[in-house]
Parts: sequence; structure tokens; C-alpha cells
Amino acid sequence: MTRSNTVHDTFVVERGYDVPPEQVFKAWSEPAIKARWFAGSSDALGAGYELDFRVGGHELNRAGPPGGPVYTYDAQIRDIVPRERIVYTYEMYADDARLSVSVATVVFRADGDRTHLVLTEQGVFLDGHDTSAQREEGTRSLLASLGAELDRTAA
Amino acid sequence: MVERLAIGPASVSELAEPLRMTLAAVVQHVQVLEASGVVTSEKVGRVRLCRIEPAAMSVVEGWMVERRRAWGPRLDRLGEVLREENAKQPNEENI
Repeated sequence: MTRSNTVHDTFVVERGYDVPPEQVFKAWSEPAIKARWFAGSSDALGAGYELDFRVGGHELNRAGPPGGPVYTYDAQIRDIVPRERIVYTYEMYADDARLSVSVATVVFRADGDRTHLVLTEQGVFLDGHDTSAQREEGTRSLLASLGAELDRTAA
Repeated sequence: MVERLAIGPASVSELAEPLRMTLAAVVQHVQVLEASGVVTSEKVGRVRLCRIEPAAMSVVEGWMVERRRAWGPRLDRLGEVLREENAKQPNEENI
């Protein structure tokens, strides 16, 4: 059975912070700080976080439940305007299966001493890399647990 | 409406606000979504709370929703980290 499926999605998330853009940008660009909110602690099996913050540099995060697949976030930074903008692309994998390919744009807008953050993600979500029904069911339940797992490891 | 629910559960009035719809129209819309199995709702106190029914979504749709939903708690944590960093260096960067 051939059944590959591609779905596109774009979403925007906005948030205000009570500090100037310089500090918010720092929290996105310094690996030790970003790991604290983006990737969290490294106590999950297979977990690991790396950030090489420069244009062309990679960001990697691996996490997954014990005995389950390793989810890999593999990003490459494409554009940096200090204190103003970061553009990166990333792929998500469950073990070797590529799940999605996305472009993310983070804009930091000064609002007095505050920062208004606007994050836009545009992605193509891939399915059908392995078409057996069994695999699909497995993927479904694993994906369902992914969010909770990432939140837990990051807590 | 489904996009809003993808971020997290919401009350009927929360759903109505950005859409500039009447509550009655939103309730009707929620009922259609409930009948199709996309959305479930329950009465919590005086509020009807609506949420996406994950089982109704395909793997791909579920994954899309998850990518979006993950940013809520993540950006909350960023706020906490910013407060911690700010407390470490009082006023240093604001002078």
C-alpha cells in the first residue's frame, strides 16, 4: 500500500515579557540559558541538548520515554539579527523516521522596557514513511505521549 | 475554533471572543463539532469547557497540534527563566 501524506500548517504564538529584547534574545542564544526552558534537564533516556548559536550552526535535542523511541529535534539557524530576530529550520524524528520539516521565525519587538515575542512556524508534516497499520498505531500513541514527555523532561 | 482549541481547552465564551460570534452561534458550532467527534465538552462549574478529541485526529493532525501546543508551557518556562536571570543581575542591564 502506498499512502504518503503531506500536510502543511502555519501557526503564530505571541507572548509578552517584562524584560527588554536584549534579555529575551540572550535567553534564546546562550545555550546554558536556552537549555533551561527549551530542552530542560537531561535526565530523560537518550536526552541531550546542544546549541551552536551562529548562522549555519545546529541545535539538537533528544528525548524519549524509557524503552520508547528517541525523538530528535535537529535545527539549523538560518538568520540572526541580535535582539530582533532569529530564523531557523528544523526537522523532527522518531528514531529514524522524519515526522516534520519546519521553518520558525522568532521576532522580538521592543515595547518600552518590555518585549513582545512573535513566533511563527510553518511546517510540512510527513506521514507514510512507514505504511503498516501497526506502525501507524504505534506512532499515534507515541506521538500522544511526546508532548507530555517533553514537558516532563523540561520541568 | 479548532485552531484555538489546539492550543488548549477553552470555555464557550473564550471561543466566542476572538471570533466576534454570539454565544448562541458558538454553542451551535460546538454542537456540530461534537457531533462529528472532533470536539468534546463538559460542564465545569458554570462554564462549558471544550477540548479537542485527540482520538478523532489523524497521526499527522495530532502531530501538528502537538507542535503548536508545546509552545505554551515552553514560553511560560522562558518567562520564569527571564525572571530568574533578572533577579541574578538586579538592574544591571536596565541602568
